[in-house]
Amino acid sequence: MSADARKIALDGLWNNNPALVQLLGLCPLLAVTGSVVNAIGLGVASTLVLLGSNLTVSAFRKFVPESVRLPIFVMIIASFVTAIELLMQAFAYELYLILGIFIPLIVTNCAIMGRADAFACKNTVGASVLDGLMMGLGFTAVLVVLGAMREALGLGTLFADMQLLFGPAAESWKITLIDDYKGFLFAVLPPGAFVGMGLLIALKNVIDSRLEQRRQQQKPESDGGVERVRVTG
Amino acid sequence: MALIRTSSPHLHKVSRTSDVMRLVLLATLPGLLAMTFFFGWGTLINVIWASLLALGFEAAIIKLRNRPVRYYLTDYSALVTALLLGLALPPFAPWWLTLVGVFVAIVIAKHLYGGLGQNPFNPAMVAYALLLVSFPVDMTRWTLPTVMVDGGFPGLFETLGIIFGGIDATQIDSYTGATPLDALRHRGGLTTEEAWRAVPVLADGVGAWHAVSAAYFMGGIFLLYRKVFTWHGPLSMLISLTVISTLFFAVEPDAYGDPFFHLTTGATMLGAFFIVTDPVTAATSNRGKVIYGACIGLLIYVIRTWGGYPDAVAFAVLLMNLAAPFIDQYTQPRTYGHQKARRGMKGDA
Repeated sequence: MSADARKIALDGLWNNNPALVQLLGLCPLLAVTGSVVNAIGLGVASTLVLLGSNLTVSAFRKFVPESVRLPIFVMIIASFVTAIELLMQAFAYELYLILGIFIPLIVTNCAIMGRADAFACKNTVGASVLDGLMMGLGFTAVLVVLGAMREALGLGTLFADMQLLFGPAAESWKITLIDDYKGFLFAVLPPGAFVGMGLLIALKNVIDSRLEQRRQQQKPESDGGVERVRVTG
Repeated sequence: MALIRTSSPHLHKVSRTSDVMRLVLLATLPGLLAMTFFFGWGTLINVIWASLLALGFEAAIIKLRNRPVRYYLTDYSALVTALLLGLALPPFAPWWLTLVGVFVAIVIAKHLYGGLGQNPFNPAMVAYALLLVSFPVDMTRWTLPTVMVDGGFPGLFETLGIIFGGIDATQIDSYTGATPLDALRHRGGLTTEEAWRAVPVLADGVGAWHAVSAAYFMGGIFLLYRKVFTWHGPLSMLISLTVISTLFFAVEPDAYGDPFFHLTTGATMLGAFFIVTDPVTAATSNRGKVIYGACIGLLIYVIRTWGGYPDAVAFAVLLMNLAAPFIDQYTQPRTYGHQKARRGMKGDA
């Protein structure tokens, strides 16, 4: 189990990251990552929904007929989204207003549907919950990094308005990177999100290929260095 | 008599990228001189600053991509991009505006898409559009022609101070103002004819724009003469712009600018001869170039007249860059010796 758990965690956070590799859930990802607080808000909401839906789908996987599984998944996801929406209205109302339509739209987030169909309906409850958590965290991490990039470039601040999510004490978390920054509207607008997302995917691919190279370099040494003798030509 | 056996193509002279780019650089000289003469030292400084930045960014990104730096730097394509962007920016654009623009043009619009020949969008126009959207205040603060400023128009060192030292907001207003295109858009209920008499930049200043356009036109004709590009793109763009502006001007002369005005102000001539003719991002076949150019002319008029921004060349070109592969698909020339495929019943035979 522990090797499995490790693989599930690694898949969710890196190898099969919903945002960087599966490229799912791009619509909310590109639309609301204008600042870190928005990104955390949407990331946490998505993670909670993913956890709940993976748990429920996996618990009921033996009773769900194959032919109508997708409508059933959608209903399960929709009920969790409604719950999250009500919770956000209760505890983070201002952020709820800022995120607007993208909270109800979590229902249509393919990453969540994808995990329900590809993982939760075939695996045990424990593994599904872990998968939901790791996929959610992977998604949130990308959201936060992209949000930080766009906030720093677009507005010249970091962690502004955190009080919307973490209470009045968080108001002082705001870091002003550049005083008197004029703002770079492009980074705040959706095109900036596309470019930023492309750069993040490129960065992941670069890191992956470097790691692969290092692995390749280490391999021959462990093989004992078998030398081939050229016998033809 | 020497009989030398060579294989096709039987070209008289090898035309390298660097030769073409050098000709383009040469052809922008009249425009650059005219801009400097009529709008002060700003444009010249912008162009030099942009060129330095472009060479720097180009060298850095080529190094990053593990390509031979010297080989790619000496094809002059980065310089052409920088020059076009420098000419398009307002003469008193602050240094960081040019920096952001050149970075976007060279690194994002050109090399992230695969470098020269692979970029779907004209790098200079991508940068211009991005700057216009991001920094509308700095990008629309155009300089008044020197003839309209009494006395204290900034000299060379003063201009350097403005560009690199920051803009003194109280001073800058005395030598910047609306462009003719802008003035005609926001004329506060005047008819076109009244605006021509009442608005100073239209009454006294418009000659500067005419002269700059004429200079670009000369450069364009030179390139046409040297066969750097064909007439299809520029001519069809100018004709379509003329036709549509004549149409609207004829119906309601009080509300619209006249065709000559549209042809000789703003970036029309710069666009027609230096942007529309970009061999990479434009349509390829001659028929395709005609459609491409005509659509750009049409879009320029539409965006200028009913859009949100005063000039429209960058947006029109970018939109048509997007459509260029589609145009190419449907205008592929028939190969020699083949007939056009007959469709329908007759095609069966």
